[in-house]
Amino acid sequence: MWNIITILFGSTIRSATPLIFTALGGTLSERSGVINLGLEGMMTVGAFSAVLVSYYTGSPFLGLLGAIATGAFFGWLLAFLSIHFKANQTVVGTAINILASSLTTFLLVEIWGKPGQTDNVNYFTPWGPFNMFTYLAFILVAISYFVLYKTPFGLRIRAVGEHPRAADILGVNVYRVRYTCVIISGILGAIGGAALSIGSISLFKEGMVAGKGFIALAAVIFGKWHPIGAALACLFFGFADAIQTVSMSLGINVPKEFLFALPYILTMMAVSGLVGKSVAPAADGIPYEKGEK
Amino acid sequence: MESRMDEIKSTLRNTIKEILYPLTAIIVSFIVGGILVYAFGNNPFAAYKALFLGALGDLNKLGETLVTTTTLILTGLSVAFAYRCGLFNIGAEGQYIMGSVAAVWVGWAFQGLPSILHVTITLLAGALAGGIWAGIVGWLKAKVGSHEVINSIMMNYIAMNLSNYLIMTALNEPGKAFSYEVAPTAKLWRFAESFEQFKYSRLHIGIIIAIIIAFIAYYLLNKTITGYEIRAVGFNPSASEYGGINVKRNIVLAMVISGLFSGLAGGIQTAGVQYRVNNLFGLTGYGFDGISVALVANNNPIGVLLSAFLFGVLQKGGPMMQIEGIPKEVVGIIQGIILLFVASNFVRITVQRYKENKEIKSYMKKEEVK
Repeated sequence: MWNIITILFGSTIRSATPLIFTALGGTLSERSGVINLGLEGMMTVGAFSAVLVSYYTGSPFLGLLGAIATGAFFGWLLAFLSIHFKANQTVVGTAINILASSLTTFLLVEIWGKPGQTDNVNYFTPWGPFNMFTYLAFILVAISYFVLYKTPFGLRIRAVGEHPRAADILGVNVYRVRYTCVIISGILGAIGGAALSIGSISLFKEGMVAGKGFIALAAVIFGKWHPIGAALACLFFGFADAIQTVSMSLGINVPKEFLFALPYILTMMAVSGLVGKSVAPAADGIPYEKGEK
Repeated sequence: MESRMDEIKSTLRNTIKEILYPLTAIIVSFIVGGILVYAFGNNPFAAYKALFLGALGDLNKLGETLVTTTTLILTGLSVAFAYRCGLFNIGAEGQYIMGSVAAVWVGWAFQGLPSILHVTITLLAGALAGGIWAGIVGWLKAKVGSHEVINSIMMNYIAMNLSNYLIMTALNEPGKAFSYEVAPTAKLWRFAESFEQFKYSRLHIGIIIAIIIAFIAYYLLNKTITGYEIRAVGFNPSASEYGGINVKRNIVLAMVISGLFSGLAGGIQTAGVQYRVNNLFGLTGYGFDGISVALVANNNPIGVLLSAFLFGVLQKGGPMMQIEGIPKEVVGIIQGIILLFVASNFVRITVQRYKENKEIKSYMKKEEVK
């Protein structure tokens, strides 16, 4: 029994780790008023570029930096199109997802000469029970909470997400705050992706993200746009994931498809107010136009 | 008389503009894709030649391209229709899956029906399943105000798992990872049955159904009161409410109609091409492609026909580039870039800003002269 609990606990934390990074990114971006639907794609490019850089340099640490740079670029792309061009954020996010999956598959074939997966590269081996990424994820939760709620910059982010006009009048540069948040969100999404590739296995597989970006986005809502709430939601989704693995070995008689679908069902219940009401930042998803009434 | 001519001229000019913007985006995306191909040491002209010959080279290839186009027309219409009501239906994927499962069930469970009846109820079952699946999202949006984007993404994964569950239990072909096959009476008529030229393609009557549906959608949106209300809600919900339009009812209605289209896409794919439903390991992608199709068409049902054909060509021709040693994923990249350009109105806004700058400059020059 004790053994099962240990496995369940470890497996929960491991599944939750990539989600936590990404969900923090989502929280930050939405708190500033930009919906980042491209997180799925940012995880994909993050996972890929981490492996790519680690492959060429032999250093997983540089791989992580590579993921960060790529994530920043894709975050910037979303920010540029949705803030500068005032494009529909959901649509641009979807475009980024499509671009990311085909770009990585294309480069995978061009560089490794075979479809499916890359060669093995150097990766972050676990420190103790968990990987470096897990510890980093929990540290970042604390930092995000501190920045968002205890610093002037955090106050500005929240103000811009709730009422950009008021923030603008008070002298906050709405565009700059949003650019910063969306770019950081891209970076966090990419680190989440790197946690999947060089943070747990030594390669990149096609389709390895498989909706985790969307689950992280759901965690943002489930966690009520709060870093700690989002992290708890990720742990919960990680738990649902862990139950699948454990219940199969225990022979519990629940269809596995039901367990697979459980996180999604719960998310719908959460956003529909059945598990406590979630209210989005007031200006979430609305482009800001200076001087507009 | 003259004003009539002017009216026609301005409509014509607007139509050309409507086509020109996405067309520029498409051409630019092809150029970017070409540069990428060149950067990896391949000949972009050979790549595009292989692409277009692979998709349109002969009637059989055209037939296969049209098979894909059929699905894309319907999922594209689905996304476009919801968009006109201000709803982003990213759940076409799930509605498509539910449609294909419902169709396989009706197609298999009823044996010995006359073909025309069986085909009809099979397709209706598909459409209805998609409509209900989307209706849930619309209902949640209208009832508790929860965001349709998140809900429909979740419904995609729930649909996939529900479909897999049904395929591995109630509808399972024993020992296989797919469902039973539909009865012969539920299969759609194929062109190959009567036309020798289409012998090696699976082209079926679905393409004609899809085209008719596109015109129905156009008529429904632009020529009926329902369509007027749906567009009004999409344009400005509060003003519509003030004007006496039941916003909530229209949100649910638009989602259901949107879902009918995606569900029908699944039904047609099942009854016309696959005859079975496979156990899925990931989403099919048809719903997401529908988003691209709808956006390039600027959510116009007739435009959807053209853009669905374009994406059909890209998807069928893409694998043919592999003969030239070029990964078929180039097509996905082109698709992504097209979408980025179109979504951000890149061309339109750049042109506008250029014109504005010019006006300001010419104005300043005049001032200087004074």
